[in-house]
Amino acid sequence: MSKDNQLLEELTSREYEHGWTSDIEMESAPKGLNEDIIRFISAKKNEPDWLLQWRLKAYRTWTTMAEPKWPNVTYPAINYQDIIYYAAPKQKAKPKSLEDVDPELLKTFEKLGISLTEQKRLTGVAVDAVLDSVSVATTFKEKLAELGIIFCSFSEAVREHPELVKKYLGSVVPMNDNYFAALNSAVFSDGSFCYIPKGVRCPMELSTYFRINAANTGQFERTLIVADEGSYVSYLEGCTAPQRDENQLHAAVVEIYAMKDAHVKYSTVQNWYPGDKEGKGGIYNFVTKRALCAGENSKVSWTQVETGSAITWKYPSCVLKGDNSSGEFYSVAVTNNYQQADTGTKMIHIGRNTKSRIVSKGISAGHSQNSYRGQVHVLKRAENARNFSQCDSLLMGNKCGAHTFPYIDVENNTARVEHEATTSKIGEDQIFYCLQRGIDEESAVALIVNGYAKEVLNQLPMEFAVEAQKLLALTLEGSVG
Amino acid sequence: MLSIKNLSAQIDGKQILNGINLEVKAGEVHAIMGPNGSGKSTLASVLAGREEFEVTGGEVEYLGKNLLELEPDERAREGVFLAFQYPVEIPGVSTINFMKTAVNQVREHRGQDPLDAVSFLGLMKEKMKLVEIDQSLLNRSLNEGFSGGEKKRNEIFQMAMLEPKLAILDETDSGLDIDALKIVANGVNKLRSKNNAIIVVTHYQRLLNYIVPDFVHVLYKGKIVKSGGKELALELEAKGYDWIKSEAEVV
Repeated sequence: MSKDNQLLEELTSREYEHGWTSDIEMESAPKGLNEDIIRFISAKKNEPDWLLQWRLKAYRTWTTMAEPKWPNVTYPAINYQDIIYYAAPKQKAKPKSLEDVDPELLKTFEKLGISLTEQKRLTGVAVDAVLDSVSVATTFKEKLAELGIIFCSFSEAVREHPELVKKYLGSVVPMNDNYFAALNSAVFSDGSFCYIPKGVRCPMELSTYFRINAANTGQFERTLIVADEGSYVSYLEGCTAPQRDENQLHAAVVEIYAMKDAHVKYSTVQNWYPGDKEGKGGIYNFVTKRALCAGENSKVSWTQVETGSAITWKYPSCVLKGDNSSGEFYSVAVTNNYQQADTGTKMIHIGRNTKSRIVSKGISAGHSQNSYRGQVHVLKRAENARNFSQCDSLLMGNKCGAHTFPYIDVENNTARVEHEATTSKIGEDQIFYCLQRGIDEESAVALIVNGYAKEVLNQLPMEFAVEAQKLLALTLEGSVG
Repeated sequence: MLSIKNLSAQIDGKQILNGINLEVKAGEVHAIMGPNGSGKSTLASVLAGREEFEVTGGEVEYLGKNLLELEPDERAREGVFLAFQYPVEIPGVSTINFMKTAVNQVREHRGQDPLDAVSFLGLMKEKMKLVEIDQSLLNRSLNEGFSGGEKKRNEIFQMAMLEPKLAILDETDSGLDIDALKIVANGVNKLRSKNNAIIVVTHYQRLLNYIVPDFVHVLYKGKIVKSGGKELALELEAKGYDWIKSEAEVV
């Protein structure tokens, strides 16, 4: 065995850092999915009837749909009756403040580096922490409320702001949009809700941290962000899960609604458990994320760093309806061992002078398969639409695969659409050059990969960028062979 | 400092070095010359620890250590520097960032604290002057879009930053016009000291007008066939390599 392979062996056997479980008393629904389960979830959350009806409709739609087979990934059939659709930490009463939250829960998040105690938090980031199916705590709520910003768990939004939820829920991702979105609409348990009023620039980063803890449980959260006219918000999402031998399903929906002149920046560092080095276990991350640039001059940027999950299936997209609106998608997707990713974006140009920019950087190592799938669709009305796409793939070793599936549909001949793609390999020459300067092999790989992904990492807020860089290095350590 | 005894090496089963013997002491500059394909660059690569080359015999002692047992990055941290003939490009990584990583790993190896941003910048400014390199170049991705001269100057800048004990310059003169050649040579000369040694690998005598060697060795078919003082380089320039070849064939 060569030195590189030894190193690879050594490092890929390193344990997933967030693979521990917390011992928290849970309350769950029985396994399986039927209308009773949906009624159970809805009742648990004391939901109004309109929401129960919405869920039931979604469920009935879902039963008529088929799981998509077009992604470039393979996995054994999922038995949807073998999943628990609702699990929540048992709490005696709804906590009124952080002091009432179960200390064991707080400890779980402390361990992840997420302090929910406001005085300990870095200022500048408000967090909504979601464990399994429910939101545990949201920080800085009062401070944000002074500006009229609503930032709370989805359940709370249903109770406190039903008119907003009713108006925007499903307005960007309809319940029948796709198989997993329909499933989510039927069984979603919690998530984050955010509303930024007219003309308000949110003074801190808003962030949701998702953690799956319970076994055999699916996580189905929903995030809804509504940015009113002329507002601005930067939103972060992080996620981890314990190390388990069986696969767990995560089917989330994120909807962003941007009105006239609104600007929303949504950043994700996805670090779900990817499975072990033989490909056993790990999260199936089947997520629908979409933004509607409804108003003129609105702008939405997606930035994602995908390092985790056994399988990733996700296409954060922008529907550019408002004239002069723009959408951006910056992505780094890393796969190692037996991970599979089919990810990319859709940019739908409807309004005039709409612009979109796609920068996708795929990195494949080990036996992994990494696909970029993107669609640029310019509709008839979209005079002077502009798109620029750049899709790069970096291969490490010779057992992995990189694939690119760009779809371009142009119905207006004033459109200008550019697509660039490259595939490269981390060269032994590059590594040797670094070694010759005294840089060890791991730092060399980290340096080269971070250089490659720089354009995307630069889009992330500072604290997040540092975390993402470390995560990239960790995911790929020793994978040059 | 460096003692090479009967070193042989091959690549893909093809024997390139056939028993090299060379002694280099601190403070000396040695020039290795020879016709194309004589094994000059292979010798440089083997000393730096390039994996494609397989050492088939002989020993190399460097500062009392068995050099061949050290990994390439360990050799570098112990003070062996190779100025590449063809420096590679690393997109997205600035020379500054690259050098900061390297300098601090070398410092850590020497038991020194890492340099903070301010001290690092100070050191950089000082070394930049040596090779007349502009900071805007160092902010750019390493070697990406650099001209031939810029690449070579960047190599010598890195040498200045890392302060090696043994520097091997592999065809540093190739692709340089006369002005660039002078700048690069000046930089190297400023880095010469009684504590370090330099091996200059070159095909032409031209560079040796500016970096004056103490010893000149002629490599032919993987062996040093002739050694002498700096005048040997001039002799080669005048007569070409053919007389060496015929001399070697006779022996």
